[in-house]
Amino acid sequence: MKIAIASGKGGTGKTTLSTNFSAYLAEKREVILTDLDVEEPNSGLFISGELITHKDCFRMVPSWNSSKCSLCGKCQDLCNFNAVIKIRDSVMVFPEMCHSCYACSELCPENALPMVKEKIGEYREVKTDHFTLAESRLDIGQEQAVPLISQTLSLVDEGFDSDILRIYDCPPGTSCPVIEATRDADFIILVTEPTPFGLHDLTLAVDAMRFLNRKFGVVVNRYGIGNDDVLEYCEKEDIPVLAKLPDDRKIAELYSRGKLVYREVDSFRKQLDLIYSYLERFMNGEF
Amino acid sequence: MKEIVVISGKGGTGKTSITASFSFLGGEDVVTADCDVDAADMHLLMKPDFDFEEDFFSGKTAVIDQEKCTGCMKCIDICRFNAIEVQGSIPVVSEISCEGCGYCYAVCPSEAVDMKEQNVGRFYISSIKTGGKMVHARLKAGAENSGKLVAKVKNEARRIAEETGKNIVIADGSPGIGCPVVSSLSGADFVVFVTEPTVSGLHDLKRVYSLVKKFNIRSGCIINKCDLNTGTSDEIKSFLRKENIAEISEIPYDKSFTMAMTEGKTIAEYGESTLKNIIQESWNYIKEIA
Repeated sequence: MKIAIASGKGGTGKTTLSTNFSAYLAEKREVILTDLDVEEPNSGLFISGELITHKDCFRMVPSWNSSKCSLCGKCQDLCNFNAVIKIRDSVMVFPEMCHSCYACSELCPENALPMVKEKIGEYREVKTDHFTLAESRLDIGQEQAVPLISQTLSLVDEGFDSDILRIYDCPPGTSCPVIEATRDADFIILVTEPTPFGLHDLTLAVDAMRFLNRKFGVVVNRYGIGNDDVLEYCEKEDIPVLAKLPDDRKIAELYSRGKLVYREVDSFRKQLDLIYSYLERFMNGEF
Repeated sequence: MKEIVVISGKGGTGKTSITASFSFLGGEDVVTADCDVDAADMHLLMKPDFDFEEDFFSGKTAVIDQEKCTGCMKCIDICRFNAIEVQGSIPVVSEISCEGCGYCYAVCPSEAVDMKEQNVGRFYISSIKTGGKMVHARLKAGAENSGKLVAKVKNEARRIAEETGKNIVIADGSPGIGCPVVSSLSGADFVVFVTEPTVSGLHDLKRVYSLVKKFNIRSGCIINKCDLNTGTSDEIKSFLRKENIAEISEIPYDKSFTMAMTEGKTIAEYGESTLKNIIQESWNYIKEIA
């Protein structure tokens, strides 16, 4: 079972829920938490443990071999991303524009654009008392998160038994990185806050989930601030609200220090109970 | 003309509320750009009139003409994105997985693949309640190329500023360090970081700052919710001093942020005078040093 924790708006509490819920679940069963917010991975700040795996991640980009090139210009015509450009008597490759489709490389009549490795980020696994955290971080200057997200998912898939429950901490927004991160999840929890920004971005996230035909529910964080519009929206749209995490300055302070909240705030733990019981019913095929 | 871009690395630090307040204080003298096209929220506070709107096309998607397709499946073999699946006996492209690279188009022996221009969002130019102009957009759910839409928003804001003789463009950037942020930063004269004293706030600030440093753009920082954790606040301040980032202001944890938002107002229009003063002074200081 794969549960993705996502949100349209940033800063609504994805990481708070992912880390707390994973640690909470680990008291009951085996869990892997995967941080897919590779641009700004934060889950690791709340989890300490022993580093068990650490490796560099790469993607493939073309590299120009001037001695083989006949300067036919086919590569430039083929590339839809302007990543390969022929200028007078040379060919320039712009890796940041490249999507690693291999077209220029494999269709070059002279084999003058072999694909080479480019480092895009790092992957690591940390083992705590009860569960494993897998996270990747994109190198500064790398613009494309999707290849690293997709590699991270594959590494976790290959490295761990498929029976183990997976929690994904997703990137914010509704564009390509989130789509990639939620692609193979069985259920998606959208975390929002009861404010106009929260509601607006939730509706975008719901549109995305419906467009992708996914099963999802909502967790309202910082319940008590703002207004009831989010709850009214969910009711009208027939979207299950799994829990309402309370607004409490103590929670914000615990978070600010990198502490897990549910161990110290009982009302928070009770809401995790609600999420768990919903998901148990989901896993039993009730919805 | 100066272009000031507000970013945060981490989401939820108050970036949009603060940018909207600067836009409000700048009034008709600034052009406002909402570059967070993935989750554009600033319009909720600025009462835009959506005076001009158009579809934004960027990138392509492969479509296979089933009449022409001979079922050779060459396209499936070469697609690196697993975007083509066999349905019955013919290949069908998944619009979501297709990156629009055109490799299948190039290799199809029967010319059955067509590359269709993709509508990825909507683009707007509005007059807002301050009397100024705002450029904003809405990326379609699940769309790619948000970087290109960001570039379009920025370029239009710059064009309007030049044509109407405005001296400042203020842009609300997107979270993260990837392509939309890179697009937000390109051409910027000054970056304002909005951070919070939490472990993630500091961590994300450091990462996004490394990116800004690569672009060689001058910057300043606002610490929001500064009293949430004074230890981390101090850590942020010493980081700012070490890196020579201007310390613009510190804003205490204040419920006015959400209360103002709930009423569709910026914090520059709402709440106590102390908070309003900090915002006003921050804006004055930014205009001075940007």
